[in-house]
Amino acid sequence: MKYILLVHHPKDSFDAPKNPAEVAAGRAYGEALRAAGVFVAGAGLVSPQNATSVSVREGKRHVQDGPYAETKEFLAGFVIIDVPDLDAALEWAARNPSASHTPVEVRPLAGSYFATGIIK
Amino acid sequence: MGESSAFAAVEAVARNSYGRLVAYLAARSGDVAGAEDALSDAFGTALQHWPVNGVPQKPEAWLLHAARNRLIDSARRAQVRKKYETVLQLAGEADDVATMNDVFPDERLKLLFVCSHPAIDIAARTPLMLQTVLGLDAACIASAFLVSPAAMEQRLVRAKNKIREAGIPFHVPELPEWAERLSFVLDAIYAAYTTGWENVVDDGSTHHALAGDAVAIARTLVQLVPNEPEVHGLLALMLHCEARSEARHNCAGEFVPLDRQDTTLWSRSLIDEAERNLRIASGLNRMGRYQIEAAIQSIHAHRAMSGVIDWPEIVLLYEGLVRITPTIGVQVGRAVALAESGDILAGFAALDEISADRAGNYQPWWAARGHLLQLLGRVGEASDAFERAASSTDDPALRTHLLARARP
Repeated sequence: MKYILLVHHPKDSFDAPKNPAEVAAGRAYGEALRAAGVFVAGAGLVSPQNATSVSVREGKRHVQDGPYAETKEFLAGFVIIDVPDLDAALEWAARNPSASHTPVEVRPLAGSYFATGIIK
Repeated sequence: MGESSAFAAVEAVARNSYGRLVAYLAARSGDVAGAEDALSDAFGTALQHWPVNGVPQKPEAWLLHAARNRLIDSARRAQVRKKYETVLQLAGEADDVATMNDVFPDERLKLLFVCSHPAIDIAARTPLMLQTVLGLDAACIASAFLVSPAAMEQRLVRAKNKIREAGIPFHVPELPEWAERLSFVLDAIYAAYTTGWENVVDDGSTHHALAGDAVAIARTLVQLVPNEPEVHGLLALMLHCEARSEARHNCAGEFVPLDRQDTTLWSRSLIDEAERNLRIASGLNRMGRYQIEAAIQSIHAHRAMSGVIDWPEIVLLYEGLVRITPTIGVQVGRAVALAESGDILAGFAALDEISADRAGNYQPWWAARGHLLQLLGRVGEASDAFERAASSTDDPALRTHLLARARP
């Protein structure tokens, strides 16, 4: 089964300089995911300040500065993994370096109608 | 084969093997709701066939075969490829079971771990266990938990969807998760037991069914994991409490507190079974919350022989218990034990350590407070506390008892 691990961070942490230890931990985590053969896709995200939202209402495109919803915490990164079951996914979520300071949300991917590329 | 004996056979299989059949099917399909539906269909078919063709030699295998046919049909209709593959695999195994002489494997332990998985809403764990392992219907569970049948049904459906959609695995966890996951199973079983006690509104009918159900699951668990001391501890704890069910009320229906109960009304056989389990637990040499609670109940049970209660020993056990689980119930128990062992002021101080905020409407805290104030001769304050305790319980017999103590 494929699961997405979602990491949310407080807004100001996006602008804070990267801590070398955290960068190293993130890299090691990525390598562990690949070595185990469970990695499907993943990336970190830039600050929500640089997000742009698009919607289409009555056939007209509306573009707006900012993320979908203003909250205290924003999506900061995600990993998609392919593992046998929820317990295996929870184990990988627990190993995510962010899990020591923020909850990592684990959700199964639904069968997608359009993502026929890497995330089949 | 007479019709009535065929119906009796269906009923007997439903009573004795329901949980094993659901567990077997669900462990292979990963879908509890689907397994239950298929099985209920299979029981329906049995009710039509067995009176005409006779009860099959291996009724469980017959039902598994019928259930797997139903699973294959629905998977075919849904045309979900992955599901279909697991169902086909299940079909092969079910056929093996039907032709083999062996009994089919018992997967109830996996089912218990799934029902109490930390990814399942904690309020759904116990109901889910009662329904899937024992086959209780949602309406009956709802009345025990004091929620509407519709709300309980929704809670159960949501939990079963999560098991299937989130991919909660049917396996027995290993180290290092084992101890924590087992404690979730034990907590869910104990919640079934205490829910019965707390929500006894109509003279205990629902309670007794639910308490008995909790004991039944714990007895099964003892067989499935015989080397876990806490499992024996939990069973011993519940058995000690169950042993006294006849003595909790007198013939007028009035509540009788534990230290006043007529010990000749206690069930000797349940106490013996409890003591046996407690001995096995202590032989396994790993102390835990349920064993300590059972040991406290064991000391109360000794009054039947010695005529006295060894309160200093109970205080010692509470000292250990409060370190492992500092719940309000344990803190109140410790305070009362301190007072009963002679140190009333220490007991009162222990009660006062619990803030009134935290005590809120917790009936045992107010009742204990009234009791200790009475021991201290502070009669007026004691009456107020007992009245507050009486207003915090749903149990009419207990309320009458507390009000009587408010007016000594």
